Amino acid sequence: MSTDTLARIASKQEAVDAPPLMTARDVHVYYGKKHALKGVSIDITRENVTAFIGPSGCGKSTFLRCFNRMNDTVDGARVTGRIELEGEDIYAPEMDVVQLRARVGMVFQKPNPFPKSIYENIAYGPRIHGLAASPQDMDEIVTTSLMRAGLWEEVKDRLQDSGTALSGGQQQRLCIARAIAVDPEVILMDEPCSALDPIATAKVEELIDELRGRYAIVIVTHNMQQAARVSQKTAFFHLGDLVEYDDTSVIFTNPKESRTRDYITGRYG
Amino acid sequence: MSTLAEPLPAAPAARRPPTDWKDPAMLARVRRRYRSERIFRSVGLAALVFAVGFLGLLLVTMLQNGLGGFRQTQVKIEAVLDPTLLELGSDRSEEALESANYVAVYTRAIRDSLGSDATRVASASGWLALRERVMADPALLGQTVEIWVPVRSPIDQYAKGRIDPDIPPELSPIAPDQRAAYLRLKEEGLIRTGFNRTFLVTSDSKAPETAGIWGALVGSLMTIAVTLALAFPVGVLSAVYLEEFAPRNRWTDLIEVSINNLAAVPSIIFGLLGLAVFLNTMGLPRSAPLVGGLTLALMTLPVIVVAARAAIKAVPPSIRDAALGIGASRLQTVFEHVVPLALPGILTGTIIGVGRALGETAPLLMIGMKAFIVDAPRRITDPATALPVQIFLWSEDVDRGFVEKTSAAILVLLMVLLLINAVAIYLRNKYERKW
Ligand SMILES: Nc1ncnc2c1ncn2[C@@H]1O[C@H](COP(=O)(O)OP(=O)(O)OP(=O)(O)O)[C@@H](O)[C@H]1O
Ligand SMILES: [Mg+2]
Repeated sequence: MSTDTLARIASKQEAVDAPPLMTARDVHVYYGKKHALKGVSIDITRENVTAFIGPSGCGKSTFLRCFNRMNDTVDGARVTGRIELEGEDIYAPEMDVVQLRARVGMVFQKPNPFPKSIYENIAYGPRIHGLAASPQDMDEIVTTSLMRAGLWEEVKDRLQDSGTALSGGQQQRLCIARAIAVDPEVILMDEPCSALDPIATAKVEELIDELRGRYAIVIVTHNMQQAARVSQKTAFFHLGDLVEYDDTSVIFTNPKESRTRDYITGRYG
Repeated sequence: MSTLAEPLPAAPAARRPPTDWKDPAMLARVRRRYRSERIFRSVGLAALVFAVGFLGLLLVTMLQNGLGGFRQTQVKIEAVLDPTLLELGSDRSEEALESANYVAVYTRAIRDSLGSDATRVASASGWLALRERVMADPALLGQTVEIWVPVRSPIDQYAKGRIDPDIPPELSPIAPDQRAAYLRLKEEGLIRTGFNRTFLVTSDSKAPETAGIWGALVGSLMTIAVTLALAFPVGVLSAVYLEEFAPRNRWTDLIEVSINNLAAVPSIIFGLLGLAVFLNTMGLPRSAPLVGGLTLALMTLPVIVVAARAAIKAVPPSIRDAALGIGASRLQTVFEHVVPLALPGILTGTIIGVGRALGETAPLLMIGMKAFIVDAPRRITDPATALPVQIFLWSEDVDRGFVEKTSAAILVLLMVLLLINAVAIYLRNKYERKW
């Protein structure tokens, strides 16, 4: 992959100046004694898709999981620092985790649909949060979520089939549809395309582009081209540090840090 | 030079000749691999044949000895249901009908309709059939009815060809005049050998020809119901709590070890515990399915906990992430996603535990479910016995009739086990299909 192509794609990305929806300040994460994330600060906006890049094990997933407190479920994990959603401290005792996770949705690296029908996969979230006023309303939520995730045409005739019977790419879009069905404010995606073929990947990327502006999207990716294609802001992590965070066009054309440049140009190692 | 990390050490530039896949040593290795696979397969097959053979042997023996228990030789009598002889008076209530003097009517009916030599052919407890008939239809009082009653156990054995006719009379369980009477009645067409309904609908009796399995069956089912009602919810909830909610520390480790140990404790010890706690301390009724069920629940609980924990552990963590990730609470995650997926495994474990409990004898003996009880229990606090205990009790009797009944009761127990397993398999498939 030529660096020029990357730069050419990235330079088309224009970051918009906008107020942050989520802010992270001096976030540290420890797994037992292991210091996995070392004082990271970042702003996330609705208008710009944010990409997290960096070598394996540098703490991207760890950081991502701080935004919806999924690290709470990990035994021995400890998070310090401050993360705010619309000015509210999400680690404050009065913050309700269940509601937080509805407002900050997540799509995992490995597609993980429930072993239930396609319909039930989407309807589950809205049901537990009481978002549908009537069965018709629920039908509409399911339909629009599937449409927005670009899956409707493929599954509209078999909504009662099991979600696990879909192909990997379809499953991943089902998971995205499931996440947007609860109408979150932020969607966190952890390598959503790592198990997908190029066509399915393209669909997901298109989808991210369409969802931008409505939801704040953060995507972790190992694919530099993907970061350049879908994001307007890019954060580069290395060994638990946030090395550089800037507009995607800057990171891919004129990074300030030599470590960033080495990683992007593939001179890592 | 990269600023990101140390350069990787250069791979050793080993120069080895290319592998020769046709080398004789290589071919020999392949042959050896095939041979060990063949050996393993034949040993495995042999083990399977061995296991199935033993099972088959058990079943064949039981069928050989026990099938006779489902057949009973009967003799036809004509009974005059005279209310005076029955000492009934004018009272026709159920209690009065139940306690009437059927023995007198029965004795006279045998003498009058069969001849006095027949008294030693017809069963002494044959009046039970009369009572059953009258209780079912009190309008028969005053009339003459024809009724088939069981013959005495040795005659039954003789009729089924289980007594060698050539053994010397002093060794034979039937006296010559008894046999003569039987043969005469048979000649007159008053004898038949047919399906033994009595065995399935009555309870224990001193005479094998009127002994039945019904009381023990009901006792067993009640006991198991109590066991399930207690052990299943408590076991599953404990497992869920331990797996999904409890913190991992020294205390939970200790609990885990204790539960695993408990699953291996001999059942007689649970019997002693039940005796001490339920009977002596809490004063619950002796010999009752309630206490039996509670005692067996103690024994079954650890089995269910261990199986349920394993099943819950086997649910992929990605399902928990998925549910938590869209804002399901922990409770919702556990009960709407994890437990349903673990249910087939939980059910399998439960059935194994219940199957074991159903066949358990020792703890029930300890809490007194071995009494001679002629009525099926109506409530779980009534005195009762259970299938395995009944088998144990009958097996101690030397009467050939009881030997046959023992095997027949074992067949009934096996049928119940089979039924329970079938239900388990059905449930498991039903829930597995939802995946
Ligand atoms: N549950 C855990 N317990 C202990 N250490 C962990 C745990 N999860 C992650 N780590 C450690 O934290 C560091 C960061 O892990 P993380 O998963 O965030 O990396 P990543 O950047 O997402 O890597 P990848 O690109 O391979 O997904 C790693 O060194 C990892 O070993
Ligand atoms: Mg990761």
